[in-house]
Amino acid sequence: MPDFLSLRDAIAGSVRAGDAVALEGFTHLIPFAAGHEIIRQGITDLTLIRMTPDLLYDQMIGCGCARRLVFSWGGNPGVGSLHRFRDAVERDWPRALELEEHSHSAMAHAYAAGASGMPSAFFKGYIGSDLPGVNPRIKAMACPFTGEILAAVPAIRPDVTVIHAQKADRRGNVLLAGIIGVQKEAVLAARRAVVTVEEVVDDLASTGTNATVLPSWTVNAIAVVPGGARPSYAHGYYQRDNVFYTAWDEIARDRVRFSRWVETAIMGSPGVAPPPA
Amino acid sequence: MTYTPSEMMTIAAARALSNDDVCFVGIGLPSAACNLARLTHAPDLKLVYESGTLESRPRVLPLSIGDGELCETALTTVSVPEMFQYWLQGGRMTVGFLGGAQVDRFGNLNTTVIGKYSRPVVRLPGSGGASEIATGCRRIFIAMRHGRRAFVDKLDFQTTIGHGATGRERRALGLSTEGPALIVTDLCTMRPDPETREFEVATLHAGATRAQVSENTAWPLRFAGSVEVTPTPTSHELAMLRDLNERTARAHGAAPAE
Repeated sequence: MPDFLSLRDAIAGSVRAGDAVALEGFTHLIPFAAGHEIIRQGITDLTLIRMTPDLLYDQMIGCGCARRLVFSWGGNPGVGSLHRFRDAVERDWPRALELEEHSHSAMAHAYAAGASGMPSAFFKGYIGSDLPGVNPRIKAMACPFTGEILAAVPAIRPDVTVIHAQKADRRGNVLLAGIIGVQKEAVLAARRAVVTVEEVVDDLASTGTNATVLPSWTVNAIAVVPGGARPSYAHGYYQRDNVFYTAWDEIARDRVRFSRWVETAIMGSPGVAPPPA
Repeated sequence: MTYTPSEMMTIAAARALSNDDVCFVGIGLPSAACNLARLTHAPDLKLVYESGTLESRPRVLPLSIGDGELCETALTTVSVPEMFQYWLQGGRMTVGFLGGAQVDRFGNLNTTVIGKYSRPVVRLPGSGGASEIATGCRRIFIAMRHGRRAFVDKLDFQTTIGHGATGRERRALGLSTEGPALIVTDLCTMRPDPETREFEVATLHAGATRAQVSENTAWPLRFAGSVEVTPTPTSHELAMLRDLNERTARAHGAAPAE
Protein backbone atom coordinates (compact mmCIF):
# COMPACT_ATOMS: atom_id res chain seq x y z
CA MET A 1 0.00 0.00 0.00
CA PRO A 2 1.36 3.44 -0.88
CA ASP A 3 1.87 6.20 1.65
CA PHE A 4 -0.55 9.09 1.45
CA LEU A 5 1.73 12.11 1.81
CA SER A 6 1.81 15.82 1.23
CA LEU A 7 3.17 16.75 -2.17
CA ARG A 8 6.31 18.09 -0.49
CA ASP A 9 6.98 14.85 1.36
CA ALA A 10 6.08 12.66 -1.60
CA ILE A 11 8.68 14.40 -3.78
CA ALA A 12 11.30 14.74 -1.04
CA GLY A 13 11.00 11.03 -0.25
CA SER A 14 11.23 9.78 -3.83
CA VAL A 15 13.19 12.13 -6.07
CA ARG A 16 16.92 12.57 -5.47
CA ALA A 17 19.54 14.64 -7.22
CA GLY A 18 20.95 12.74 -10.18
CA ASP A 19 17.91 10.46 -10.60
CA ALA A 20 16.40 9.46 -13.92
CA VAL A 21 12.88 10.78 -13.61
CA ALA A 22 9.89 10.37 -15.92
CA LEU A 23 7.03 12.82 -15.40
CA GLU A 24 4.73 11.38 -18.03
CA GLY A 25 1.47 12.50 -19.58
CA PHE A 26 0.62 12.72 -23.27
CA THR A 27 -0.88 16.23 -23.28
CA HIS A 28 -3.44 14.99 -20.72
CA LEU A 29 -2.81 14.59 -16.96
CA ILE A 30 0.64 16.17 -17.02
CA PRO A 31 1.94 16.27 -13.42
CA PHE A 32 2.68 20.01 -13.33
CA ALA A 33 2.27 20.46 -9.58
CA ALA A 34 4.73 17.63 -8.87
CA GLY A 35 7.25 19.04 -11.35
CA HIS A 36 6.96 22.46 -9.72
CA GLU A 37 7.62 20.85 -6.35
CA ILE A 38 10.84 19.36 -7.78
CA ILE A 39 11.83 22.88 -8.87
CA ARG A 40 10.99 24.33 -5.42
CA GLN A 41 13.09 21.68 -3.69
CA GLY A 42 16.02 22.57 -5.93
CA ILE A 43 16.63 18.99 -7.05
CA THR A 44 19.19 19.02 -9.84
CA ASP A 45 21.31 16.87 -12.15
CA LEU A 46 18.23 14.94 -13.19
CA THR A 47 17.88 12.87 -16.32
CA LEU A 48 14.42 13.89 -17.44
CA ILE A 49 12.59 11.29 -19.51
CA ARG A 50 9.42 11.99 -21.44
CA MET A 51 8.00 11.37 -24.91
CA THR A 52 6.60 14.89 -25.21
CA PRO A 53 8.54 17.31 -23.03
CA ASP A 54 6.26 20.31 -23.17
CA LEU A 55 5.81 23.30 -20.88
CA LEU A 56 6.64 21.44 -17.67
CA TYR A 57 10.02 20.24 -18.90
CA ASP A 58 10.62 23.66 -20.48
CA GLN A 59 10.18 25.09 -16.98
CA MET A 60 12.35 22.43 -15.31
CA ILE A 61 15.09 22.81 -17.93
CA GLY A 62 14.93 26.61 -17.60
CA CYS A 63 15.32 26.25 -13.82
CA GLY A 64 18.43 24.12 -14.27
CA CYS A 65 16.98 20.85 -12.91
CA ALA A 66 18.11 18.71 -15.84
CA ARG A 67 21.50 17.43 -16.92
CA ARG A 68 20.14 15.13 -19.61
CA LEU A 69 16.89 14.80 -21.57
CA VAL A 70 15.53 11.58 -23.07
CA PHE A 71 12.70 12.53 -25.41
CA SER A 72 11.01 12.18 -28.77
CA TRP A 73 9.16 15.48 -29.38
CA GLY A 74 10.04 18.75 -27.67
CA GLY A 75 7.58 21.44 -28.66
CA ASN A 76 4.61 23.46 -27.47
CA PRO A 77 1.81 21.54 -29.21
CA GLY A 78 -0.02 23.68 -31.77
CA VAL A 79 1.96 26.77 -30.71
CA GLY A 80 5.63 26.28 -31.62
CA SER A 81 9.00 26.04 -29.92
CA LEU A 82 9.94 25.41 -26.33
CA HIS A 83 12.19 28.43 -25.83
CA ARG A 84 13.84 27.30 -22.59
CA PHE A 85 14.65 23.91 -24.14
CA ARG A 86 16.04 25.68 -27.20
CA ASP A 87 18.09 28.07 -25.09
CA ALA A 88 19.64 25.12 -23.25
CA VAL A 89 20.48 23.21 -26.45
CA GLU A 90 21.51 26.21 -28.55
CA ARG A 91 23.26 28.31 -25.87
CA ASP A 92 23.76 26.12 -22.78
CA TRP A 93 21.51 28.35 -20.63
CA PRO A 94 21.22 27.93 -17.71
CA ARG A 95 23.43 24.87 -18.24
CA ALA A 96 24.31 22.44 -21.01
CA LEU A 97 21.74 19.76 -21.69
CA GLU A 98 22.71 16.33 -23.02
CA LEU A 99 20.16 14.84 -25.39
CA GLU A 100 19.16 11.24 -25.95
CA GLU A 101 16.74 11.66 -28.81
CA HIS A 102 14.27 9.08 -30.06
CA SER A 103 11.05 8.77 -32.03
CA HIS A 104 7.66 8.30 -30.34
CA SER A 105 7.44 4.71 -31.48
CA ALA A 106 10.86 3.94 -29.97
CA MET A 107 9.99 5.44 -26.59
CA ALA A 108 6.57 3.77 -26.51
CA HIS A 109 8.24 0.42 -27.17
CA ALA A 110 11.03 1.18 -24.68
CA TYR A 111 8.56 1.98 -21.88
CA ALA A 112 6.61 -1.20 -22.65
CA ALA A 113 9.89 -3.13 -22.49
CA GLY A 114 10.69 -1.54 -19.14
CA ALA A 115 7.27 -2.49 -17.78
CA SER A 116 7.75 -6.02 -19.14
CA GLY A 117 11.09 -6.57 -17.43
CA MET A 118 12.83 -6.76 -20.79
CA PRO A 119 16.34 -5.32 -21.28
CA SER A 120 15.46 -3.76 -24.62
CA ALA A 121 12.79 -3.33 -27.27
CA PHE A 122 12.76 -4.34 -30.93
CA PHE A 123 10.53 -2.72 -33.48
CA LYS A 124 10.23 -1.55 -37.06
CA GLY A 125 11.70 1.88 -36.75
CA TYR A 126 14.19 4.57 -37.70
CA ILE A 127 14.36 3.22 -41.26
CA GLY A 128 16.13 5.83 -43.38
CA SER A 129 16.36 8.29 -40.48
CA ASP A 130 19.53 10.14 -39.40
CA LEU A 131 18.62 9.69 -35.72
CA PRO A 132 20.64 6.44 -35.22
CA GLY A 133 23.70 8.43 -36.35
CA VAL A 134 23.37 10.88 -33.47
CA ASN A 135 22.08 8.51 -30.77
CA PRO A 136 24.42 5.58 -30.06
CA ARG A 137 21.66 3.92 -28.02
CA ILE A 138 19.75 3.14 -31.20
CA LYS A 139 21.04 -0.13 -32.70
CA ALA A 140 19.94 -2.57 -35.36
CA MET A 141 19.52 -6.32 -35.12
CA ALA A 142 18.24 -9.10 -37.34
CA CYS A 143 15.11 -11.00 -36.40
CA PRO A 144 16.39 -14.52 -35.54
CA PHE A 145 13.47 -16.09 -37.42
CA THR A 146 13.01 -13.99 -40.56
CA GLY A 147 16.28 -12.06 -40.82
CA GLU A 148 14.37 -8.78 -41.03
CA ILE A 149 16.47 -5.88 -39.75
CA LEU A 150 14.81 -4.24 -36.78
CA ALA A 151 15.64 -1.26 -34.61
CA ALA A 152 16.63 -1.91 -31.01
CA VAL A 153 16.57 0.54 -28.10
CA PRO A 154 17.25 -0.07 -24.41
CA ALA A 155 14.26 -0.42 -22.10
CA ILE A 156 13.38 2.72 -20.17
CA ARG A 157 13.81 2.09 -16.44
CA PRO A 158 13.33 5.38 -14.55
CA ASP A 159 14.50 5.64 -10.94
CA VAL A 160 11.16 7.28 -10.33
CA THR A 161 8.06 7.91 -12.39
CA VAL A 162 5.65 10.69 -11.42
CA ILE A 163 2.15 10.87 -12.88
CA HIS A 164 -1.13 12.63 -12.19
CA ALA A 165 -4.39 10.66 -12.14
CA GLN A 166 -8.06 11.40 -11.60
CA LYS A 167 -8.55 9.43 -8.41
CA ALA A 168 -7.31 6.94 -5.89
CA ASP A 169 -9.32 4.87 -3.45
CA ARG A 170 -8.47 4.74 0.25
CA ARG A 171 -6.31 1.65 -0.23
CA GLY A 172 -4.21 3.47 -2.80
CA ASN A 173 -5.46 1.97 -6.04
CA VAL A 174 -5.21 4.58 -8.78
CA LEU A 175 -7.56 5.24 -11.70
CA LEU A 176 -6.74 6.99 -14.97
CA ALA A 177 -9.32 7.70 -17.68
CA GLY A 178 -9.36 9.46 -21.05
CA ILE A 179 -6.12 9.75 -23.00
CA ILE A 180 -3.99 7.45 -20.86
CA GLY A 181 -0.77 7.89 -22.83
CA VAL A 182 2.16 5.83 -21.61
CA GLN A 183 1.62 6.33 -17.88
CA LYS A 184 0.81 2.73 -16.97
CA GLU A 185 4.00 1.53 -18.66
CA ALA A 186 6.03 4.38 -17.13
CA VAL A 187 4.86 3.47 -13.61
CA LEU A 188 5.45 -0.26 -14.07
CA ALA A 189 8.90 0.39 -15.59
CA ALA A 190 10.07 2.53 -12.66
CA ARG A 191 11.78 1.58 -9.41
CA ARG A 192 9.59 4.06 -7.50
CA ALA A 193 6.27 5.64 -8.47
CA VAL A 194 4.63 8.80 -7.16
CA VAL A 195 1.07 9.67 -8.12
CA THR A 196 -0.78 12.92 -7.56
CA VAL A 197 -4.57 12.66 -7.76
CA GLU A 198 -7.53 14.98 -8.02
CA GLU A 199 -9.36 13.23 -5.19
CA VAL A 200 -9.59 10.16 -3.01
CA VAL A 201 -12.82 8.18 -3.20
CA ASP A 202 -14.26 5.21 -1.32
CA ASP A 203 -14.66 2.98 -4.34
CA LEU A 204 -13.26 2.87 -7.89
CA ALA A 205 -15.63 0.08 -8.97
CA SER A 206 -18.25 2.31 -10.55
CA THR A 207 -15.81 3.36 -13.26
CA GLY A 208 -16.21 0.27 -15.44
CA THR A 209 -14.63 -3.14 -15.78
CA ASN A 210 -11.88 -2.15 -18.22
CA ALA A 211 -10.79 1.10 -16.65
CA THR A 212 -7.06 1.74 -16.37
CA VAL A 213 -6.21 0.99 -12.77
CA LEU A 214 -2.79 0.85 -11.18
CA PRO A 215 -3.05 -1.47 -8.18
CA SER A 216 -1.95 -0.04 -4.83
CA TRP A 217 1.10 -2.31 -4.74
CA THR A 218 2.56 -0.68 -7.88
CA VAL A 219 2.61 2.80 -6.34
CA ASN A 220 4.88 4.10 -3.55
CA ALA A 221 3.36 7.45 -2.67
CA ILE A 222 0.12 9.30 -3.37
CA ALA A 223 -0.46 13.01 -2.84
CA VAL A 224 -3.88 14.58 -3.21
CA VAL A 225 -3.39 17.67 -5.37
CA PRO A 226 -6.61 19.00 -6.89
CA GLY A 227 -5.74 20.86 -10.09
CA GLY A 228 -2.34 19.16 -10.09
CA ALA A 229 -2.32 18.83 -13.89
CA ARG A 230 -3.10 22.49 -14.68
CA PRO A 231 -2.59 24.04 -17.25
CA SER A 232 -2.87 20.55 -18.74
CA TYR A 233 -6.22 18.91 -18.06
CA ALA A 234 -7.88 16.15 -16.11
CA HIS A 235 -10.65 14.51 -18.10
CA GLY A 236 -13.92 14.88 -16.21
CA TYR A 237 -12.50 17.58 -13.88
CA TYR A 238 -11.19 20.54 -15.86
CA GLN A 239 -10.18 21.45 -19.39
CA ARG A 240 -6.81 22.17 -20.93
CA ASP A 241 -5.91 25.84 -20.54
CA ASN A 242 -5.10 26.44 -24.20
CA VAL A 243 -4.83 30.19 -23.57
CA PHE A 244 -1.98 29.60 -21.13
CA TYR A 245 -0.21 27.24 -23.56
CA THR A 246 -0.37 30.02 -26.14
CA ALA A 247 0.75 32.67 -23.63
CA TRP A 248 3.72 30.50 -22.60
CA ASP A 249 5.39 31.26 -25.93
CA GLU A 250 5.88 34.90 -24.87
CA ILE A 251 6.74 34.15 -21.24
CA ALA A 252 9.42 31.61 -22.12
CA ARG A 253 10.97 33.57 -24.98
CA ASP A 254 12.81 35.90 -22.62
CA ARG A 255 15.12 34.73 -19.80
CA VAL A 256 14.20 37.58 -17.45
CA ARG A 257 10.49 37.28 -17.99
CA PHE A 258 10.72 33.52 -17.53
CA SER A 259 12.67 33.88 -14.27
CA ARG A 260 10.13 36.36 -12.98
CA TRP A 261 7.30 33.98 -13.86
CA VAL A 262 9.05 31.16 -11.97
CA GLU A 263 9.45 33.38 -8.89
CA THR A 264 5.76 34.27 -8.86
CA ALA A 265 4.03 31.15 -10.12
CA ILE A 266 6.27 28.41 -8.70
CA MET A 267 8.53 29.66 -5.91
CA GLY A 268 5.88 32.01 -4.54
CA SER A 269 3.13 29.43 -4.19
CA PRO A 270 4.48 26.40 -2.34
CA GLY A 271 2.49 23.23 -2.83
CA VAL A 272 -0.22 24.91 -4.83
CA ALA A 273 -0.94 24.46 -8.51
CA PRO A 274 0.19 27.55 -10.41
CA PRO A 275 -2.38 30.14 -11.37
CA PRO A 276 -2.85 30.86 -15.05
CA ALA A 277 -0.46 33.58 -16.23
CA MET B 1 -15.77 34.15 -53.57
CA THR B 2 -12.30 35.29 -52.52
CA TYR B 3 -10.07 33.06 -50.43
CA THR B 4 -6.55 33.05 -48.98
CA PRO B 5 -3.58 30.90 -50.07
CA SER B 6 -3.84 29.14 -46.67
CA GLU B 7 -7.46 28.24 -47.34
CA MET B 8 -6.56 26.95 -50.80
CA MET B 9 -3.80 24.83 -49.27
CA THR B 10 -6.05 23.28 -46.63
CA ILE B 11 -8.81 22.59 -49.14
CA ALA B 12 -6.41 21.04 -51.69
CA ALA B 13 -5.03 18.79 -48.94
CA ALA B 14 -8.52 17.81 -47.79
CA ARG B 15 -9.51 16.76 -51.31
CA ALA B 16 -6.68 14.21 -51.42
CA LEU B 17 -8.33 12.14 -48.68
CA SER B 18 -10.97 9.60 -49.58
CA ASN B 19 -13.95 8.27 -47.71
CA ASP B 20 -12.20 4.89 -47.32
CA ASP B 21 -9.02 6.22 -45.75
CA VAL B 22 -7.82 5.56 -42.23
CA CYS B 23 -5.64 8.58 -41.60
CA PHE B 24 -2.93 9.11 -38.99
CA VAL B 25 -3.30 12.83 -38.34
CA GLY B 26 -0.71 15.38 -37.28
CA ILE B 27 -1.51 18.66 -35.55
CA GLY B 28 -1.92 21.94 -37.42
CA LEU B 29 -2.74 22.02 -41.11
CA PRO B 30 -3.07 18.23 -41.43
CA SER B 31 -5.71 18.21 -38.71
CA ALA B 32 -7.63 21.05 -40.39
CA ALA B 33 -7.47 19.29 -43.77
CA CYS B 34 -8.53 15.92 -42.39
CA ASN B 35 -11.49 17.35 -40.51
CA LEU B 36 -12.53 19.44 -43.49
CA ALA B 37 -12.52 16.28 -45.62
CA ARG B 38 -14.69 14.55 -43.02
CA LEU B 39 -17.11 17.50 -43.00
CA THR B 40 -17.36 17.66 -46.81
CA HIS B 41 -16.75 14.82 -49.28
CA ALA B 42 -15.48 12.06 -46.94
CA PRO B 43 -17.90 11.66 -44.01
CA ASP B 44 -16.64 8.14 -43.22
CA LEU B 45 -12.94 9.07 -43.20
CA LYS B 46 -11.40 7.58 -40.05
CA LEU B 47 -9.14 9.97 -38.15
CA VAL B 48 -6.55 8.52 -35.80
CA TYR B 49 -4.46 10.73 -33.50
CA GLU B 50 -1.21 9.50 -31.99
CA SER B 51 -2.44 10.26 -28.48
CA GLY B 52 -4.46 7.07 -28.89
CA THR B 53 -7.84 8.18 -30.19
CA LEU B 54 -9.44 6.07 -32.94
CA GLU B 55 -12.16 7.61 -35.12
CA SER B 56 -12.14 11.05 -33.53
CA ARG B 57 -14.85 13.39 -34.80
CA PRO B 58 -13.85 16.68 -33.14
CA ARG B 59 -16.34 19.55 -33.32
CA VAL B 60 -13.46 22.02 -33.11
CA LEU B 61 -9.83 21.58 -34.14
CA PRO B 62 -7.60 20.50 -31.30
CA LEU B 63 -4.71 22.76 -30.28
CA SER B 64 -2.69 19.76 -29.16
CA ILE B 65 -2.57 16.16 -30.29
CA GLY B 66 -4.21 15.13 -27.01
CA ASP B 67 -7.03 17.60 -26.42
CA GLY B 68 -9.99 16.13 -24.53
CA GLU B 69 -12.18 16.82 -27.53
CA LEU B 70 -10.39 14.08 -29.50
CA CYS B 71 -11.04 11.50 -26.79
CA GLU B 72 -14.64 12.53 -26.10
CA THR B 73 -15.63 12.24 -29.76
CA ALA B 74 -13.62 9.06 -30.48
CA LEU B 75 -14.94 5.55 -31.00
CA THR B 76 -12.36 4.39 -28.48
CA THR B 77 -9.06 5.52 -26.97
CA VAL B 78 -6.06 3.22 -26.59
CA SER B 79 -2.71 3.68 -24.87
CA VAL B 80 0.16 5.29 -26.72
CA PRO B 81 2.21 2.06 -26.87
CA GLU B 82 -0.81 0.25 -28.32
CA MET B 83 -1.25 3.04 -30.88
CA PHE B 84 2.30 2.72 -32.15
CA GLN B 85 2.50 -1.07 -31.87
CA TYR B 86 -0.81 -2.47 -33.13
CA TRP B 87 -2.31 0.36 -35.12
CA LEU B 88 0.66 2.06 -36.81
CA GLN B 89 3.31 -0.69 -36.92
CA GLY B 90 0.54 -3.24 -37.51
CA GLY B 91 -0.14 -1.60 -40.85
CA ARG B 92 -3.69 -0.37 -40.30
CA MET B 93 -3.17 3.20 -41.52
CA THR B 94 -3.79 3.98 -45.20
CA VAL B 95 -2.54 7.58 -45.05
CA GLY B 96 -0.23 9.57 -42.82
CA PHE B 97 -0.16 13.35 -42.99
CA LEU B 98 3.17 15.05 -42.25
CA GLY B 99 4.83 18.44 -42.34
CA GLY B 100 8.25 19.72 -41.39
CA ALA B 101 10.70 22.60 -41.35
CA GLN B 102 12.48 21.29 -44.46
CA VAL B 103 11.55 18.99 -47.33
CA ASP B 104 13.74 17.97 -50.27
CA ARG B 105 12.92 16.92 -53.84
CA PHE B 106 12.32 13.31 -52.79
CA GLY B 107 9.96 14.17 -49.95
CA ASN B 108 12.47 13.49 -47.16
CA LEU B 109 11.72 15.62 -44.09
CA ASN B 110 13.63 17.45 -41.38
CA THR B 111 11.94 18.28 -38.07
CA THR B 112 15.08 17.99 -35.91
CA VAL B 113 17.59 20.83 -36.34
CA ILE B 114 18.63 23.70 -38.56
CA GLY B 115 22.42 23.67 -38.60
CA LYS B 116 24.60 21.05 -36.96
CA TYR B 117 22.97 18.50 -34.66
CA SER B 118 25.54 19.00 -31.89
CA ARG B 119 25.18 22.80 -31.89
CA PRO B 120 22.09 23.74 -33.88
CA VAL B 121 21.17 27.23 -35.01
CA VAL B 122 17.56 26.25 -34.41
CA ARG B 123 16.58 23.28 -32.32
CA LEU B 124 13.27 21.95 -33.73
CA PRO B 125 10.86 19.65 -31.84
CA GLY B 126 12.18 16.38 -33.30
CA SER B 127 10.62 13.28 -34.81
CA GLY B 128 7.60 12.70 -32.64
CA GLY B 129 5.74 10.01 -34.53
CA ALA B 130 7.01 11.02 -37.95
CA SER B 131 9.91 8.56 -38.51
CA GLU B 132 7.60 5.56 -38.16
CA ILE B 133 4.48 7.20 -39.60
CA ALA B 134 6.49 7.63 -42.82
CA THR B 135 7.27 3.93 -43.04
CA GLY B 136 4.17 2.43 -41.39
CA CYS B 137 1.37 4.16 -43.31
CA ARG B 138 0.57 2.96 -46.81
CA ARG B 139 0.96 6.46 -48.30
CA ILE B 140 2.15 9.84 -47.04
CA PHE B 141 0.81 13.29 -47.81
CA ILE B 142 2.93 16.32 -46.94
CA ALA B 143 1.57 19.81 -46.35
CA MET B 144 4.01 22.74 -46.07
CA ARG B 145 4.11 26.41 -46.94
CA HIS B 146 6.34 27.17 -49.91
CA GLY B 147 9.63 29.00 -49.36
CA ARG B 148 13.32 28.52 -50.16
CA ARG B 149 14.21 27.81 -46.54
CA ALA B 150 11.61 25.02 -46.42
CA PHE B 151 11.95 23.50 -49.92
CA VAL B 152 15.68 22.89 -49.74
CA ASP B 153 18.28 21.33 -51.99
CA LYS B 154 19.75 19.40 -49.07
CA LEU B 155 18.25 18.73 -45.64
CA ASP B 156 20.26 19.72 -42.57
CA PHE B 157 19.06 16.47 -40.97
CA GLN B 158 16.91 13.65 -42.32
CA THR B 159 14.47 12.93 -39.53
CA THR B 160 12.04 11.07 -41.73
CA ILE B 161 12.54 9.23 -44.98
CA GLY B 162 10.54 10.11 -48.06
CA HIS B 163 11.92 8.36 -51.12
CA GLY B 164 15.52 8.64 -49.83
CA ALA B 165 18.62 10.44 -51.05
CA THR B 166 18.33 9.22 -54.65
CA GLY B 167 14.61 8.43 -54.78
CA ARG B 168 15.28 4.66 -54.72
CA GLU B 169 16.09 4.03 -51.05
CA ARG B 170 12.71 2.74 -49.90
CA ARG B 171 12.94 -0.49 -51.85
CA ALA B 172 16.61 -0.93 -50.95
CA LEU B 173 15.69 -0.61 -47.27
CA GLY B 174 12.99 -3.25 -47.60
CA LEU B 175 10.03 -0.91 -47.23
CA SER B 176 6.83 -2.08 -48.85
CA THR B 177 4.83 1.06 -48.13
CA GLU B 178 4.54 3.69 -50.84
CA GLY B 179 6.01 6.79 -49.17
CA PRO B 180 5.17 10.38 -50.05
CA ALA B 181 2.56 10.60 -52.80
CA LEU B 182 1.60 14.27 -52.59
CA ILE B 183 2.95 17.60 -51.38
CA VAL B 184 0.43 20.40 -50.98
CA THR B 185 1.67 23.97 -50.54
CA ASP B 186 0.14 27.43 -50.58
CA LEU B 187 1.19 27.75 -54.24
CA CYS B 188 0.77 24.33 -55.83
CA THR B 189 0.37 20.59 -55.52
CA MET B 190 3.30 18.28 -56.31
CA ARG B 191 3.44 14.57 -57.17
CA PRO B 192 6.46 12.28 -57.49
CA ASP B 193 7.59 11.28 -60.96
CA PRO B 194 6.63 7.57 -61.25
CA GLU B 195 10.18 6.61 -62.33
CA THR B 196 12.56 8.92 -60.47
CA ARG B 197 10.32 9.72 -57.47
CA GLU B 198 11.39 13.35 -57.72
CA PHE B 199 8.54 15.67 -56.82
CA GLU B 200 7.30 17.87 -59.64
CA VAL B 201 4.55 20.43 -59.84
CA ALA B 202 1.24 18.78 -60.77
CA THR B 203 -1.14 21.73 -60.41
CA LEU B 204 -0.69 25.45 -59.74
CA HIS B 205 -3.16 27.23 -57.48
CA ALA B 206 -5.04 30.02 -59.29
CA GLY B 207 -2.86 33.14 -59.36
CA ALA B 208 0.42 31.31 -58.70
CA THR B 209 2.97 31.24 -61.53
CA ARG B 210 5.69 28.79 -62.52
CA ALA B 211 8.30 31.46 -61.84
CA GLN B 212 6.92 32.12 -58.38
CA VAL B 213 6.98 28.43 -57.42
CA SER B 214 10.50 27.99 -58.80
CA GLU B 215 11.75 31.05 -56.93
CA ASN B 216 10.38 29.59 -53.72
CA THR B 217 12.04 26.21 -54.23
CA ALA B 218 15.79 25.82 -53.65
CA TRP B 219 16.25 22.85 -55.99
CA PRO B 220 15.84 23.11 -59.80
CA LEU B 221 12.12 22.43 -59.86
CA ARG B 222 10.49 20.29 -62.54
CA PHE B 223 6.95 20.60 -63.82
CA ALA B 224 4.73 17.74 -64.97
CA GLY B 225 3.96 17.40 -68.69
CA SER B 226 0.67 19.21 -68.34
CA VAL B 227 0.29 21.51 -65.35
CA GLU B 228 -3.31 22.52 -64.75
CA VAL B 229 -4.84 25.01 -62.39
CA THR B 230 -5.89 23.49 -59.05
CA PRO B 231 -9.70 23.61 -58.98
CA THR B 232 -10.60 26.71 -56.95
CA PRO B 233 -12.39 26.22 -53.61
CA THR B 234 -16.15 25.80 -53.85
CA SER B 235 -18.34 28.03 -51.74
CA HIS B 236 -19.33 24.93 -49.73
CA GLU B 237 -15.70 24.01 -48.97
CA LEU B 238 -14.91 27.57 -47.95
CA ALA B 239 -18.00 27.88 -45.77
CA MET B 240 -17.25 24.60 -43.97
CA LEU B 241 -13.59 25.52 -43.43
CA ARG B 242 -14.43 28.99 -42.12
CA ASP B 243 -17.10 27.60 -39.79
CA LEU B 244 -14.60 25.09 -38.45
CA ASN B 245 -11.94 27.78 -37.92
CA GLU B 246 -14.40 30.11 -36.22
CA ARG B 247 -15.69 27.39 -33.88
CA THR B 248 -12.09 26.52 -33.09
CA ALA B 249 -11.06 30.12 -32.39
CA ARG B 250 -14.04 30.60 -30.07
CA ALA B 251 -13.21 27.39 -28.21
CA HIS B 252 -9.53 28.26 -27.75
CA GLY B 253 -10.12 31.94 -27.06
CA ALA B 254 -7.54 32.89 -29.67
CA ALA B 255 -7.18 34.06 -33.25
CA PRO B 256 -8.16 31.47 -35.89
CA ALA B 257 -5.36 29.13 -36.84
CA GLU B 258 -4.36 29.20 -40.49
